[in-house]
Amino acid sequence: MSASDLAIELRGISKAFGPVQANKDISIQVKRGSIHGIIGENGAGKSTLMSILYGFYKADAGEVFIGGQKTEITDSQAAIDAGIGMVFQHFKLVENFSVLENIILGAEDGALLKPSLAKARTLLKKLADDYEMDVDPDAIIEDLGVGQQQRVEILKALYREADILILDEPTGVLTPAEADHLFRILQGLRDEGKTIILITHKLREIMEITDTVSVMRRGEMTATVRTADTSPEQLAELMVGRKVLLRVDKTPAAPGDVILEVENLRVVDGQGVERLRGIDLQIRAGEVLGIAGVAGNGQSELLEVLGGYARGTGTIRINGQEIDLTGTASDARTRRARGIAHVPEDRQREGLIMDFAAWENVAFGYQDDARFAPGLLMDHGAMRADCEGKMERFDVRPPDPMLAAKNFSGGNQQKIVLAREIERNPDLLLIGQPTRGVDIGAIEFIHQQVIALRDQGKAILLVSVELDEIMALSDRIAVMFDGRIMGERLPAETNANELGLLMAGMTGEDAA
Amino acid sequence: MNDTLPRWVDIVLIPFINLFLALLVSGLVVLLIGKNPIEALTILVNGSVGSSYGWGYTLFYATNFIFTGLGVAVAFHARLFNIGGEGQAALGGLGVALAALSLNWPHWSLALPAAVIGGMLFGAAWAAIPAYLQAKRGSHIVITTIMFNFIASALMVYLLANVLKVPGSASPETARFVEGARLPNAYDVMSFLGFSRSTPLNISFFVAIAACVCVYFLIWRTKLGYEIRSFGKSEPGAIYAGISPVRITMIAMLISGGLCGLMAVNAVMGEAERLVLDPVQGAGFVGIAVALMGRSHPVGVFIAALLFGALYQGGAELTFEMNGMTREMILVIQALVILFTGALDNMVRGPLEAVFVARTRQPVPPVPTTPLTGGGHEEEKKVEP
Repeated sequence: MSASDLAIELRGISKAFGPVQANKDISIQVKRGSIHGIIGENGAGKSTLMSILYGFYKADAGEVFIGGQKTEITDSQAAIDAGIGMVFQHFKLVENFSVLENIILGAEDGALLKPSLAKARTLLKKLADDYEMDVDPDAIIEDLGVGQQQRVEILKALYREADILILDEPTGVLTPAEADHLFRILQGLRDEGKTIILITHKLREIMEITDTVSVMRRGEMTATVRTADTSPEQLAELMVGRKVLLRVDKTPAAPGDVILEVENLRVVDGQGVERLRGIDLQIRAGEVLGIAGVAGNGQSELLEVLGGYARGTGTIRINGQEIDLTGTASDARTRRARGIAHVPEDRQREGLIMDFAAWENVAFGYQDDARFAPGLLMDHGAMRADCEGKMERFDVRPPDPMLAAKNFSGGNQQKIVLAREIERNPDLLLIGQPTRGVDIGAIEFIHQQVIALRDQGKAILLVSVELDEIMALSDRIAVMFDGRIMGERLPAETNANELGLLMAGMTGEDAA
Repeated sequence: MNDTLPRWVDIVLIPFINLFLALLVSGLVVLLIGKNPIEALTILVNGSVGSSYGWGYTLFYATNFIFTGLGVAVAFHARLFNIGGEGQAALGGLGVALAALSLNWPHWSLALPAAVIGGMLFGAAWAAIPAYLQAKRGSHIVITTIMFNFIASALMVYLLANVLKVPGSASPETARFVEGARLPNAYDVMSFLGFSRSTPLNISFFVAIAACVCVYFLIWRTKLGYEIRSFGKSEPGAIYAGISPVRITMIAMLISGGLCGLMAVNAVMGEAERLVLDPVQGAGFVGIAVALMGRSHPVGVFIAALLFGALYQGGAELTFEMNGMTREMILVIQALVILFTGALDNMVRGPLEAVFVARTRQPVPPVPTTPLTGGGHEEEKKVEP
């Protein structure tokens, strides 16, 4: 392969943040006109590598070649000049500007905007025709859906004449249908000769769309293979470093009495927007109800109101007893007393105090427990002992109660939260995004724990944006869209397509 | 707080380097006005700790700073920046004076608890209004507490000039407290240490030490302290754990204001033995620097208060002993210490971390970082209704 066939070549890139070696001697070749996937667990160093390529970080060592030319990428302007465009996971758009204004932002031709806007409009029309990228040029960003906003980001890069497009976890916020549309756009761009680098942790996407795939683990590039020559199992093993069970083993559920009953539950947020518009559901003992949906359709509010820290109206009954939703008697503390445990969606913001040591975190939310606070003073010895036991039973690594929560990996942080909530022996477990930011090895363990709790006859409400996870764990699946439940399905009788349509707000009749 | 550095570096070495840098720059300033910095330093040190007289004053000032420093520190733990220590201490003075004047106290040991309660109650009450506005209305505590300093100052002038002053007297101060409401001087209880009657050091110093112990237990050992620290580290986390932000904001500020109010036991009851105009003398603000330098830990606060007490006393000596060293020069030196120990902490911390990391570099399991998004949460909720 001659050098000019390569869009990008990295040689020996290393980067350390303090004691953490984020990238270690990474070399990679990306062929022009291909879709190249970079896969790895959270913290494997994917984003760091791309930040170096985009000029956000300076590598400690190594060289970058763009189109065969050695290139110094000192800042993002240099990257843009070299033909690199980046679509971030969190969009960098001005919410109250129009699409056109966002596209020319920072790339205006002169002091007056009019010529640039006109030029952008023409180009946008051409791109829209070529790549099936319909976006109203005059729409205001905040009125657009997430999929459309993402297209604006791609258009922004193309307007800057990018030949190489880097997308960081682009499907995290998309419905399956939107993701499919994105992939069609990317394939169209590839066929035009553009080079696309796709960063993701989803094996399915890698298998579906990429030509070649590089696997990163702990800051190192462990392999680069042709996608056609590999399998999800092999990639998972390369990512984790050992064999991983991608399926969850479980027996059919044996549902018992109704534990949780929710009727006409409504939540209005601080801006006066109704986030939950009348939710009805029930969960029986010994079953997992999975809530599928694109992030932001009310799942978080559902967890928050059940967990006791958002105000709502309607009826919630646990074990047949109604819960007071009004007044000051309604908080997370009283919910716990009623047998509801909660593994929150965002363990770093809510589930743990990151600066506290692990042993202090095992009492978090249960600080009233007489075991931890027998009298005026808290019993630190009891908390430490409890923490040691939990770390052993839940295989937390390193098993050091004195270590601050922030120094554990995502998976081990989640195990600490899970241990704390599960060992309370709750009647109902609320669990949000149980494996977000969790390494594959720990995912397996966490899934087993959830199923084990179900098999003990507990009711579980699972919220996840990962459809695969919902399908694997749930006994029933409810799909949420815009604050409503669009429908309930049994995992055996549905598929990603049908759920995807429900997630996009289309009921069975519309889809037919 | 910091995991890359050994604890002793964090607690001992860094403050020491900060202090050294502050003194170095102060020395340059002294040099700039044509004085001998070595001589100035000698006077400063001798004046503050070189004699039992100097020690007496140093510890007297330190007592003030311990109270206000602890007050600010407790609020810091709840991530509340209470810069109203000045006003809370002034009102604490009112509480102490009212307690001392209310009865014909037979003995100080009865009057002291009453003054402690009076000072705490009034200080806490003055902090209660900004706390309520913060907790319920979201008015920023920094703004409201500083405003309340001015209101406190005006209120005290009014009260002393119109209500509390001795009839017929021209000076805006209350009558002197009765014999039974005057605190024993260090000379009375610690004469074996050589303290002279001429220093205002009194037994409130022991109240201050007791306050340090109480604050330690409160913050690190009680459930309330656990809740305060949780709330200070993460408000969403506190809500998840069923800790009410309103309740914690109120309680932390009441304790903070109460501790600041306690300062008046030393300044009003221990020294002046009457309520005068502005007994606080800036101690409320010094308390912020003390809490910062002491890392909001009672032991750190105690040590930092000693340092600032020494700077106050040594600085006063310096203005006497050295021609051309004005009060403003002393303020500059004190400001430099605050600057280096408080605000410029990271200037020293960064390079030191680099040194220690380089020395102890070893394979560490990768911490989950997504640097592009600021290393925080991998996938934030993107709201898309």
